[in-house]
Amino acid sequence: MAGSLSQRKEAPAAGPYLPLIEKLSTKVDPMMTRRSALMAATAAAAIGLAAPANAATSPAPARGPAPKLPRHKVELVSPPFAHAHDQVSLHGPRIMEFTLSIEEKEVIVDEAGTKFQAMTFGGSMPGPLMIVHEGDYVELTLINPATNTMPHNIDFHSATGALGGAALTLVNPGEQAVLRWKADRPGVFVYHCAPEGSMIPWHVAAGMHGTVMVLPRDGLKDAAGKPLRYDRIYYVGEHDLYVPRDEKGKYKTYESLGESFADTMDLMRKLIPTHVVFNGKTGALTGKNAMTAKVGETVLIIHSQANRDTRPHLIGGHGDYVWETGKFRNRPEVDLETWFVRGGSAGAALYTFRQPGIYAYVNHNLIEAVELGATAHFKVEGEWNSDLMEQVSPPGPIPAAAKLHGALVR
Amino acid sequence: MPLFVKITMAIGAGMIAALPFAMSCGTCGAPLPGEPELATIAPRVFEYREAGEFTRGGHPVDAPVVSGAKKTPLTLMRRLVTAAEYEQCVQEGGCPASPQDETSGEQPVVKVSWRDASAYASWLSRKTGRAYRLPTNEEWAFAAGSRVSDDSLGAENSADPSKRWLARYEKESSRDILDKNVKPTGAFGVNEYGLADMAGNVWEWTDTCYRRVALDVGTAIGRSTENCGVRVVAGRHRSYMTDFIRDPRSGGCAVGVPPANLGFRLVRG
Repeated sequence: MAGSLSQRKEAPAAGPYLPLIEKLSTKVDPMMTRRSALMAATAAAAIGLAAPANAATSPAPARGPAPKLPRHKVELVSPPFAHAHDQVSLHGPRIMEFTLSIEEKEVIVDEAGTKFQAMTFGGSMPGPLMIVHEGDYVELTLINPATNTMPHNIDFHSATGALGGAALTLVNPGEQAVLRWKADRPGVFVYHCAPEGSMIPWHVAAGMHGTVMVLPRDGLKDAAGKPLRYDRIYYVGEHDLYVPRDEKGKYKTYESLGESFADTMDLMRKLIPTHVVFNGKTGALTGKNAMTAKVGETVLIIHSQANRDTRPHLIGGHGDYVWETGKFRNRPEVDLETWFVRGGSAGAALYTFRQPGIYAYVNHNLIEAVELGATAHFKVEGEWNSDLMEQVSPPGPIPAAAKLHGALVR
Repeated sequence: MPLFVKITMAIGAGMIAALPFAMSCGTCGAPLPGEPELATIAPRVFEYREAGEFTRGGHPVDAPVVSGAKKTPLTLMRRLVTAAEYEQCVQEGGCPASPQDETSGEQPVVKVSWRDASAYASWLSRKTGRAYRLPTNEEWAFAAGSRVSDDSLGAENSADPSKRWLARYEKESSRDILDKNVKPTGAFGVNEYGLADMAGNVWEWTDTCYRRVALDVGTAIGRSTENCGVRVVAGRHRSYMTDFIRDPRSGGCAVGVPPANLGFRLVRG
């Protein structure tokens, strides 16, 4: 993951607005490898497309000049962390420059070492969190390195027009595109890959989704308008994964993405995932990777699910302030036990830890949490508050008197 | 069906290999045909940390270490019960079926519960006319010798329950995740008593029941409760399992790294 992030640093900076959309009208790159050509043909045949990145499917809008605003280049970091940002904007609107490089790769999705053909934004599942303020512009350079095999693009739920930008960003291996959109709605929003036909659910279920957070310029507020601040952000992306099994029930492995397509699609159409995990794999946020906090610290938990409904719950804690639908112009709900995140959206929950110990953060469909993997842990240090909870008597034998009392009551 | 044939052949080969050893031992109580290869460990003084959960003054503490002499020899299997052996018990109606992977005939049997293991012990005892049973956790520790790992946490007797909880989480999180794939018998070597695969990647069922003990004065056993629906599982670290569980994977809310696989070896006598 670190490798891909540093790789991104070396990528060409998103400079002045380049006429890269013209790239979309070029034919399939002659430098494309044989495998990628085969792949494209397979994919096209599978979904009845003439060719990937077909110019005929892309609109050709007029290109206006870039807004005359200061520019700021953002270095992304891997989930569950958030890149450096101000909670209250110290600037006027800016053009925020991001670069995302797409990485197709094999990943491990559970402790048993199950291999999975993944597609990722930036090498991580989910793709990195991008944070801007309302009124800023997001200018994204989307790179599809020649080492990849598939065409990709990006649909920002936070953007307006052109299928969220997907129609303007379809890049073949060896291409890149730059998209600029205005962040005019505060909230947390999903972004995901959205080529065409069956490629859409496949790319998303293979890992190509992430989250944008558009903060109000003056920061988060409660229902009464009082400022709400956090000490840190944890960013959880939930994935429903579909790993095909052989006739003996063992997970199958594939040499390439293309070879995994048909079996994976068959399984996806049955709608029962083999894994439901946070941040790419079972245990990505437990044990040595558990999220940490201290008693008294306030954590903003961003939970994103691009495909399927989920219901986050903090065992032993609560959601002090929750934007269940993730959009900050709506008043946050308070004191929630479990919140609902609709498939294709992100939600945000603010919580101040009040007690030390281990907290499990789960999808409270407990079958998915325990059996399929949707569990994370918070490791919280501090002083125990025995007013909030006290073990009055540890487990032990039932005293004779209590047994008698129990019998009488019954 | 090809699987069954393969397993039957494996059993045949195993028995032939075991025969010379049985013959050479004559009437000394060594294995008869059909009995597994056994080792006998001589009595010695040893230290053992009790199994179960202990409290003092109402707060959780490490289990006490008991030190003493084991006065009688212990005779037990040199290796874990194999998939082929277990399959024979299934075929003869003595054990519940527990499907194994195709290639596992000569490997330790896994995906077996305490109930399955106990059924196997009864079947083998009937078949051989000798008394076989699961070891107690103390017997397992006696036999494991240098391969026993201590599960003390050190975070003593605090009114703050999170301290011990966090200490346990740290300890469990620091364990390496083992390769779950079952290896051929002997892959984890033998210990100082010639026992194969002690504390490898197959944990072993013991007959010891889970218990909770209040230590009121020193390490003397105070009041306790016992739950024999949960048994102690011995191996690289000690664990407690409900007796019908075959797959120890915990996955979610339970913290730490669970045992990789569940199998067993038996004690004779």
